[in-house]
Amino acid sequence: MSKISIQDMELYYGDFQAIKGISMEIPENKITAFIGPSGCGKSTVIKSLNRMNDLVEGCRITGNILLDGVDIYKEMDPIVLRKRVGMVFQKPNPFPMSVYDNIAFGPRTHGVKNKAQLDEIVERSLRQAAIWDEVKDRLKKSALGLSGGQQQRLCIARAMAVEPEVLLMDEPTSALDPISTNKIEELASDLKKDFTIVMVTHNMQQAARISDKTAFFLLGDVIEYNDTDELFSNPQDKRTEDYITGRFG
Amino acid sequence: MIKTKDRHPMSMFLNICMKIAIIFTVGILAFLIGYILIMGIPNISPELFAWEFTTDNQSMMPAIINTLIMTLLTLVIALPFGIGAAIYLVEYARQSSPIVKIVRITAETLSGVPSIVFGLFGFLMFGIAFGWNYSLMSGAMTLAIMVLPVIMRTTEEALLGVPDSYREASFGLGAGKLRTIFRITLPSAMPGIIAGVILSIGRIVGETAALLFTAGTVASIPSSVFDSTRTLAVHLYALLNEGLYMEQAYATAVVLMVVVILINWLSNRIAKKLAK
Repeated sequence: MSKISIQDMELYYGDFQAIKGISMEIPENKITAFIGPSGCGKSTVIKSLNRMNDLVEGCRITGNILLDGVDIYKEMDPIVLRKRVGMVFQKPNPFPMSVYDNIAFGPRTHGVKNKAQLDEIVERSLRQAAIWDEVKDRLKKSALGLSGGQQQRLCIARAMAVEPEVLLMDEPTSALDPISTNKIEELASDLKKDFTIVMVTHNMQQAARISDKTAFFLLGDVIEYNDTDELFSNPQDKRTEDYITGRFG
Repeated sequence: MIKTKDRHPMSMFLNICMKIAIIFTVGILAFLIGYILIMGIPNISPELFAWEFTTDNQSMMPAIINTLIMTLLTLVIALPFGIGAAIYLVEYARQSSPIVKIVRITAETLSGVPSIVFGLFGFLMFGIAFGWNYSLMSGAMTLAIMVLPVIMRTTEEALLGVPDSYREASFGLGAGKLRTIFRITLPSAMPGIIAGVILSIGRIVGETAALLFTAGTVASIPSSVFDSTRTLAVHLYALLNEGLYMEQAYATAVVLMVVVILINWLSNRIAKKLAK
């Protein structure tokens, strides 16, 4: 069954139409990758899935986006939605506070006050994000002292601490070195047991390596959406083929 | 090691210019502080710190206490308005809206108005129209209006300097607007806000013209906020004006400087505590 269902979604920034009527079904407990050249709308779509576009002045959306069959724009409070659909951003963006407080911010926001419970959530989230061993001795130190790759895994842990069902990742490895990238990719493959993951990536090898489904975006439209193996080995559309063989983009 | 300045005459010249500029800037400050200390310290005597002011002792103790009360009262009035307005402008108002532009222009204009004009306004508004006469309250309200644009502008700059990625991360975790502002944005902006507060304190402590008309010059500790008072700077002005007490004036200047440094240090400490 599909976790998220996008139906005839159009999106405008002021008068500019950024997304031209797309529909897709995103399956549960799978990694779905969005690929495509810069400015094709893939980040815009992923940001609509937890309504981060609400923050953009003049942004307007038509059509429906359903999470477990419930319309997230018409029938759901954004705060509830964002608790269920977490997000990891392109650049690591830890808060300027301690490692512990970074992770505890989400649970505290949603009313967890008990110290023992918070301790447990922090440890579990950091373990899930495979960074526990590296930070367990410096939980009280500033998160800004971590390396870029560690910061990004911290941000993943922070997103997981509120126990979301879906994890959106907007080019999570574009600012990282190959070793950190590798770690994040392994992590994503691990996490799909428990989460539905949607990932935007510029890197086609990355999409091919870790995703189950891939959508190819071009100029605000989904050109092709299929199982990753199928899309990369046997693209149906000429434009998809040109893109994945590196003829443009 | 070869340095560029050793090889290019122009680099050498600019290097020397730069050093002269540094020496000049630091030199003026050092001379000023040194001069006041040398002239003032020998004149500091215990009787200058007597609790009661008399024409004999010219004690500055009441003035010191009044300065602290005046500073605190002014900040208590001005901070909520200044910070609140800045939060509205940065976090709530549409950036393209004309209100934002009008408020910014108003604040900038307000910060360029000479303090004597504020003094006259305060005298007419708070002293006469409100019937508060010469009082601590009239003075504090006048000073609050004076420092309001400073606090607002610096807080605004500080809030604008907080990366949007912090806000996104907070919203992304399901935090609401208020929680994001109070837990993430304001703490991150705290150093900038404190810089504004320190600037304001400098203006409050150093102000004379606006206070002569509003708080008056009575040199004793007021029993209520509606009594007339004199701050250290006004006290210094009064001593100089009378021309009879130059030694005491120098001593007062030393204390005024120390008070300013102390207040700055203290606000820095508080800022660091708050930022945690």
